[in-house]
Amino acid sequence: MFHNAFRSKSALAVLALAGSAFSFSSTAYADDVVNIYSQRQPFLIEPLLDAFTEETGIETEVLFLNQGLEDRIEAEGVNSPADVILTVDVGRLVNVKEKGVTQPVEDETLNENIPAEFRDPEGHWFGLTTRGRVVYASKERVEQDTITYEELADPKWKGKICVRSGQHMYNIALIASMIAHHGEDEAEEWLEGVKANLARKPNGGDRDQAQGIYAGECDIGIGNTYYVGKMMTNEEEPEQKEWADAIKVLFPNTDGRGTHVNISGMALAKNAPNQENALKLMQFLSSGEAQAIYAEHNYEYPVLPGVEVSETVKSFGEIKPDSLPLAEIAKNRAAASEMVDRVGFDDGPES
Amino acid sequence: MSSFTLRQPASAAMKPGRTRRQRHPLSLFLAAIVASVVLLPIITIFIVALSGSGADWPHLARYVLPRSAVTTFILLAQVAFGTGIVGVGCAWLIVAYDFPLRRTLSWALVLPLAVPPYLAAYAFAEFFDFVGPVQGAVRTLFGFERPSDYWFPDIRTTTGAAIVMTSVTFPYVYLTARVVFLMQGRNIADVARTLGAAPARVFWRVLLPVARPAIAAGVALVLMETINDFGAVEHLGVRTLTLAVFSTWLNRGSLEGAAQIALVMLVIVIFLLMAEHLARRRQRFHAARSTQIKARPPRKPLLGLRGIAATMLGLLPVLSGFGIPLAIFGRYALNRPHQLADPHLAEALITSLATALATALVAVCAALLLLYAASLTRSRGMAVLTRFAAIGYALPGTILALGLLISLARFDNFIDGLAREYAGFSTGLLFTGSAVAVVLACAIRFLALAEGAVQAGLAKLPPNLDEAARSLGRSAPASAATVLLPLLKPAILTAGILVFVDTVKELSATILLRPFGFNTLATYVYENASRGAVEDGAMAALAIIVTAIMPVILLSGSLTRDREA
Repeated sequence: MFHNAFRSKSALAVLALAGSAFSFSSTAYADDVVNIYSQRQPFLIEPLLDAFTEETGIETEVLFLNQGLEDRIEAEGVNSPADVILTVDVGRLVNVKEKGVTQPVEDETLNENIPAEFRDPEGHWFGLTTRGRVVYASKERVEQDTITYEELADPKWKGKICVRSGQHMYNIALIASMIAHHGEDEAEEWLEGVKANLARKPNGGDRDQAQGIYAGECDIGIGNTYYVGKMMTNEEEPEQKEWADAIKVLFPNTDGRGTHVNISGMALAKNAPNQENALKLMQFLSSGEAQAIYAEHNYEYPVLPGVEVSETVKSFGEIKPDSLPLAEIAKNRAAASEMVDRVGFDDGPES
Repeated sequence: MSSFTLRQPASAAMKPGRTRRQRHPLSLFLAAIVASVVLLPIITIFIVALSGSGADWPHLARYVLPRSAVTTFILLAQVAFGTGIVGVGCAWLIVAYDFPLRRTLSWALVLPLAVPPYLAAYAFAEFFDFVGPVQGAVRTLFGFERPSDYWFPDIRTTTGAAIVMTSVTFPYVYLTARVVFLMQGRNIADVARTLGAAPARVFWRVLLPVARPAIAAGVALVLMETINDFGAVEHLGVRTLTLAVFSTWLNRGSLEGAAQIALVMLVIVIFLLMAEHLARRRQRFHAARSTQIKARPPRKPLLGLRGIAATMLGLLPVLSGFGIPLAIFGRYALNRPHQLADPHLAEALITSLATALATALVAVCAALLLLYAASLTRSRGMAVLTRFAAIGYALPGTILALGLLISLARFDNFIDGLAREYAGFSTGLLFTGSAVAVVLACAIRFLALAEGAVQAGLAKLPPNLDEAARSLGRSAPASAATVLLPLLKPAILTAGILVFVDTVKELSATILLRPFGFNTLATYVYENASRGAVEDGAMAALAIIVTAIMPVILLSGSLTRDREA
């Protein structure tokens, strides 16, 4: 009886799996489809893809994949089903290019819509949205309304700064931009200064830093702009509105070189089986219609000039992005990551 | 499993004098294939590591490894200590004493196993955070306002991570220790008692040493799960070797360097396992005779306050490892009742169930086959290979999955190349990016769990059973199928359930290898967690927990009956 139960169960499971495996692969290779390997969460890009399908009749297949996205495409080689790669962080975009899993695109629409500093000079990747890496400051305890990244190393902030892990890609990009502007030695001194000012060991995500300010553990946090928008409008966890209410957004270096921004972007996979559809999708994502959706739903800054940001984002004030090409920043990523280890940034203030 | 019966060599039963030395080419051949598939990802990672230049090492050796190795050791030591105390203590409490709610606790103590460590870490961080309920209560009670007004232990520390890991992994130790306390050492305990030893003395001097191999096996699983964890330590900001693997791979673009660190971790695990093995080498405990397998030890009743204290003691680990996550995610889920009707959630549930079921089957069959082959050949080499095959559990899941991905994709592209050249058509990617790859990866990853459980069951079987069956003319495969397998049923069920539960929780291999549209409950949670909104995945997180506890509860009924009859 045990045997029979076991056997019939196994047969069932195998059948179910075989069936599902088959149906998965058949949709991925159908006509009029474009396959997306995305580091962006499916429900973030769903409204965009729905609009795309409605306009062109081309169906989309999304595979959400974070760590190892480029390794998977590389391993799949010539048979890779990937058409379009969507990622966040300029470092990841440079990575996919360097891994050799992308191909250059020379397209007038794309080059017109996307300003040069937000795309690869050789056309391997294109930025779609930007987000500022800004300072969250306590409304109650921080009086000043302007700040610079350099100032974060000032001892006056001792025991007051909260930030997530230095090895997180957003912080790596910020530190890499400091290296690009000041050189490695000065940047390291700066990072040591910031470390000495930390209120606690780096942990959690960007929202947790806002929470820390709300709780009074710290006065200054470092985080991305869109998280503030999401907290301000979080109807399901209204307490997050209180966190957002406890902070004000300061755009660092507004009077100087501008605020460090990172991008989310796209690339055309090297062995894209549906190249034409892929190009149509890329053009669509850079269009005014798609850019407006990005701005409204995700609280990001559109790259296409002239597209309005959402009302929520407007309330933070004006952003002046650092004009240093992102590709320059990406070059210093490995150095930034090593610096974080060398300084012992993630070990926290007292080590 | 059925291969034992179907592939019985026809000649075997007819040559009575040669049963012991007969050859079993087919089972050994199958075992060899299984072993090589299981070792495939590890060997691939080994090759990747060897292909590296070693350029990462000056930096790693100077700034990363000393500190993260120490952190890892401290974490492992604390978790080993914690799970040992909690697991063995609870097992002893349940087996030796009678107190209110004892029967309920005997299975409730397994529940924390249903909670993935990364979700537990998140829940603990929320629970003990400044804005969480505990500190809130402290503030109301004493009238504090700011964090600087009072001291509160920080959960985001190495010890905090050890508490989280202990809370959700101690059931591995509890399960193995309880079985031994129930089934072994009954007689020697009675002998010791009649010779005048007090119960406590019997426990320390007789039962604990007898249970040691089983406890060690449980702790080994716990340590492997701790060392491969990424999500929990990352959230709590604890810099273990696993985090160094990921920063080397992702931020510095060196998969080779990452693979090298991963191998260092494997060496540490192998070293730990060998050290334990050597330490108890001279101790051997023969299984009790079969008549005692069903003997139930008498339990000492604890009355009044002592009984209530025992209930509290047994309840504490359940509340910690299961209650806290349930409370945190339950509250979030209550704020989002509409998610219950989300068709994606139902779909993810079905995919999770199918994947876990298939993985449990594959892993248990592989474990049976490997252990059977090892016992047939009685060779050291095969035994070592069997143990080594399960070592993949100690690798971070993403790294193990990468190893499988690279080797499978190469195989797929090779077949495709052949087909294109000689047959004129393309096979595409046969396994990579299909559900098969996901099941294979999970089965390889959790083979250690299946092997551990089956091995424990085998060890409890008196060896003379098989000898009796064989001397009565059964061939080795026939004896295995008709005598050993039925007796192993509880062990096989335990193995299947452990793999099932861990596959429902599995994230890293699934997310790297899955095909389009393949969403499990774990990937559903992760999609939310990775944009900093774990709350939105709360319903799926609850579904993971519920799915994982169902077999545990189903099993506990049949197991307790079996063992306590």
